[in-house]
Amino acid sequence: MKYYDKLIFELSQNGRCGCSLPDNGFGETSCTELPTALQRAQAPELPQVSEPDVVRHYTNLSSMNFGVDTGFYPLGSCTMKYNPKINEEIAALPGFTSVHPLQPLSTVMGCVQVYKELSDYLCSITGMSAFTLNPFAGAHGELTGLMLMKHYHLLHGDVSRRKVIVPDSAHGTNPASAAVCGFEVVQVKSRPDGRVDVEDLKPLLDETVAGMMMTNPNTLGLFETGIREIAQLVHDCGGLLYYDGANLNPLIGVVRPGDMGFDILHLNLHKSFSTPHGGGGPGAGPVGISEKLKGSLPQPDFYCGEQEFSMGRISGFQGNFGVILRALAYILMLGRENVKLLGSYATLSANYIKVCLKDCYELPIDSVCKHEFVFDGLKDKSNEVTTLDVAKRLLDYGFHAPTIYFPLLFHQSLMIEPTETESRQTLDEFIKVMRTIAEEAATSPDMVKSAPHNTPVRRPDETQAARHPILKA
Amino acid sequence: MAKLIEGLKYSESHEWVKVEGEIALIGITDYAQHALGNITYVDMPSEDDEVFAGEEFGAVESTKIASDLFSPVSGVVTEVNSALEDAPELINEDAYANWIIKVKMSDPSELETLLDPAAYEAICK
Repeated sequence: MKYYDKLIFELSQNGRCGCSLPDNGFGETSCTELPTALQRAQAPELPQVSEPDVVRHYTNLSSMNFGVDTGFYPLGSCTMKYNPKINEEIAALPGFTSVHPLQPLSTVMGCVQVYKELSDYLCSITGMSAFTLNPFAGAHGELTGLMLMKHYHLLHGDVSRRKVIVPDSAHGTNPASAAVCGFEVVQVKSRPDGRVDVEDLKPLLDETVAGMMMTNPNTLGLFETGIREIAQLVHDCGGLLYYDGANLNPLIGVVRPGDMGFDILHLNLHKSFSTPHGGGGPGAGPVGISEKLKGSLPQPDFYCGEQEFSMGRISGFQGNFGVILRALAYILMLGRENVKLLGSYATLSANYIKVCLKDCYELPIDSVCKHEFVFDGLKDKSNEVTTLDVAKRLLDYGFHAPTIYFPLLFHQSLMIEPTETESRQTLDEFIKVMRTIAEEAATSPDMVKSAPHNTPVRRPDETQAARHPILKA
Repeated sequence: MAKLIEGLKYSESHEWVKVEGEIALIGITDYAQHALGNITYVDMPSEDDEVFAGEEFGAVESTKIASDLFSPVSGVVTEVNSALEDAPELINEDAYANWIIKVKMSDPSELETLLDPAAYEAICK
């Protein structure tokens, strides 16, 4: 990879431009009608570059990035599946790109149908009874879900429910969303086998509990086998069960959160339904509800009918339409039979890698996993080669690093999620490289500790950057 | 193996307490600093703030993680270690020489519920 970090302004040459415009025959006029205060004192400093300058500049910059389109990206808890390009083609259709949210409804019935179809498909995939597609991202969906929980209790005149229970293995967003929503967060422990400790949960459940948030499978990639009992216990004390949809991928087509007893859930369309990841959006975090909460979804809503007890507004318009459209395109492209295979293939890929590597990486909980699993660093820790070092060394071999130091249950967490879109050959290549790194850690630890060696940016001083960040040039 | 110091009291949440009369010096253990990795920020209370045994009084952030600090004893904060504001790495260098807060204890009997070095070492295994 070529190192390239120029600004386009550095390429600028006086008088150079991208194309030659013919004389328009009108001569030059100045905008004297504009008040002086609004007129420019000097010409704008735009880069003066030719078309090849521009194309090379951005192409070189793009090659400095690593994405799913570049290589394998086993980032745990993030479901970095390949996003089919057909999603982009559908989302670029002019009939969709040229609509405006303030157009009369009668002129955008096609878009209404997109909303309706996607929310229907999400209902049938998750087993919930209705969906709102309004939230603009997963975190927004999570907040909306908790606001729905609060709204539900208030509607029932139940003002004493201020606690939300969160397992110690939860995604950090769970306690954060609950706290932002004004709840008190109470942690429940995991058992040694990585699942929620039901005995630890029981004494926490009383009339002050608004609900419990869970991810199933949990962040260790393990199915919460006690989910039925947990749902029963939470419901018996009058609480609601919340499903964090971050780990939905392995369940798709196999089991449904709605059938497990979840009352509210949010989905991250960018994970399970192949819409663009990261970069601050645009995202989409649809929220589903069970029959119990019927009629309380946010407004505006023109595809689910009247929301009699609506919680109010959480967005100006109906979500990020382009993202919703991509998710629908993905579901339709796969079709019912193939959607059913998603979860099983994601699970198979993860278990395959786990089994092939567990002799050289520490596997703290050895049982069948779902879409992801967690190693606690290298098995042989005698050379003090850490999870960070292994992750950095992977970059040298052209793989993106897995999620590291999460979940917090172990000191050297290395969380691997291959997704269903990778071939056996890619998984084998990754396994080979991980085994090579384990060998290198034993034979030449200093080389691993100083990795990466082949990337344009080597190992930045993260500590120094966090302690003394330089925020201004 | 993480360092332990005789004569200090330890909490299950990895804080240490050194008693000087009615004042308790509170810091985090060597085991904790090792597990956290390079510490980048220490969030401390203000002087005269009240702290309660078992409750959060601040947080430490490292390049890996942000972790809450729990006070092993109840009382009033008499001093915070302002050197940590600019040099949080002092805790990595010597976790026991760099206390985080000093607390004037309201109930010294709480010390009896804390762990001795051997008992603390056992929970770190």
